[in-house]
Amino acid sequence: MTDDPIVWLTVFVLSVFVGIEVVGKVSSTLHTPLMSGANAIHGVILLGAVLVTGTSESTLGLVVGLVAVVLATVNMVGGFVVTDRMLQMFVRRRPGPGSQAPDAPRRGGRA
Amino acid sequence: MSTAAELVYLLCAVGFILALKGLSGPRTARAGNLVGAAAAVVAVAVPFVDSGVPGGLDHVPLILAAVALGSVVGVVGARRVQMTQMPQMVALFNGVGGGAAALVALLELDHQAALAATAPGSTGWFDVAATVFTVVVGSVSLAGSVVTFAKLQELMTSRPVLFPGLPVVFAVGLVAAVVLAVLCVRDPSVGLGIGLGVLGLALGVLLVLPVGGADVPIVISLLNAFTGLSVAAGGYVLANTTLLVAGTLVGASGTFLTLLMARAMGRSTAHVLFGALRGGSTLGAGEASDRPVRSAGPADVAILLAYAERVIVVPGYGLAVAQAQHTLRELVDVLGARGTRVDYAIHPVAGRMPGHMNVLLAEAQVPYEQLVEMDDINADFRETDVVLVVGANDVVNPAARTTPSAPIYGMPILDVDQARQVVFLKRSMRPGFAGIENDLLHEPTTTLLFGDAKDSLTRLLAALKAL
Repeated sequence: MTDDPIVWLTVFVLSVFVGIEVVGKVSSTLHTPLMSGANAIHGVILLGAVLVTGTSESTLGLVVGLVAVVLATVNMVGGFVVTDRMLQMFVRRRPGPGSQAPDAPRRGGRA
Repeated sequence: MSTAAELVYLLCAVGFILALKGLSGPRTARAGNLVGAAAAVVAVAVPFVDSGVPGGLDHVPLILAAVALGSVVGVVGARRVQMTQMPQMVALFNGVGGGAAALVALLELDHQAALAATAPGSTGWFDVAATVFTVVVGSVSLAGSVVTFAKLQELMTSRPVLFPGLPVVFAVGLVAAVVLAVLCVRDPSVGLGIGLGVLGLALGVLLVLPVGGADVPIVISLLNAFTGLSVAAGGYVLANTTLLVAGTLVGASGTFLTLLMARAMGRSTAHVLFGALRGGSTLGAGEASDRPVRSAGPADVAILLAYAERVIVVPGYGLAVAQAQHTLRELVDVLGARGTRVDYAIHPVAGRMPGHMNVLLAEAQVPYEQLVEMDDINADFRETDVVLVVGANDVVNPAARTTPSAPIYGMPILDVDQARQVVFLKRSMRPGFAGIENDLLHEPTTTLLFGDAKDSLTRLLAALKAL
């Protein structure tokens, strides 16, 4: 990619619009998992941490970099796992074993 | 960096967009999360194969060990956490992410400072500015998240913490940060960077301290957006598209989500952040009232429920704290078996975060179709015999409709006061999270059953079975 800041600015501005557009119609039920999932996505700063640590030239730099790697991994891995745990509970009820899913629409009157 | 690596990065960026899209729909949410995870793993793997650095990355074994350590901590934390404590877990994950971004930027600043010393003018001011931005915002996010964690975990008071002159201190801190940042851009140095990091930490603490407990979820969402933006700036600094796109997506969608949440709670985001500073505290007096109420024992309430045709349960955070979801489900099952129609009315912000209650009840195996959202059930209260309010208060407080001075005024509430009978299971007469008195408790149609939610429900269940 080019070094021209304008190109980066373009990518940034377009991403802002995509980011808003893509979550535009989320129901309040999913606010918490969505926030948690988004939280996991910014854990990709791990990529940056790996890059700076792998090019560090001093011991101090290496140590700081490794700390950043650990923190970023906790964010990324923990974030995705906890989001999946939350979402598992929403999905499990469908035709899962032992649940009486078939009479679902009649039971509550409205789904 | 090779074109192949660039293409993989582009693919990962698309993956993140699809992940957010998927997470916004109930059917696609889980798949969306997995797509996001896959994209993140692939993106992180790229530099090990093609880093764009001559000679490749150094210290690879150490880095892999650090990744392994972080993974273990992350997985164990994510699996062990109780669902009731999930909001603070998300806050903590967000905080460490912000911390990581700040550290990465500090290391990059070290490079930039070295470059500026050997070859002045080789580093653009905009690059340094972006680095400095990452350091400050990442630190704010880290410190702010730790304070939200402490508030939700009740390691400290969940009420707003205020001291005289806090707005002044905050303003001075902001100005100092801007001045230091300008100095750092003119003459990049790690020392100034560390100073900015410390200042960022202080600002993060000051930002969250005055926020009342009920508003903390909105702040978590906002800090999440902050971390996203700092990651985006880090992406620009490191000239990495994936970081830029992923960070920006989270920053934008996080900001939007913050506004959505604030609207669902009837608050403006500005009010949440600065309401306490202006003196219009998000918490009221917090005094228990001595006006008369009618209380009853489990046997009386059991009879009330047993002869009702239509019952609506309003679950709140008190239910989750008492870990009483399972007992409640049993009670509802028994009522259902007796021919009573029972639904759960879910307020958008029941629990501690929007959607939190759905997660908690789903964990207790409550059928999804019994959970009815506020807008769909509000018209039903008029024809409801008994409403059972378990550990909820603010979301059924009519003051939101009637008292313009109440901090929750304007928040959409469940119209519980329209039902024929209302039974509150409460621990005490203490006001709810928002700290305002609930007039509904003193209505003649209201009965109170005092006690821990789990305890009360167990006794209620036994009394109902004995009938």
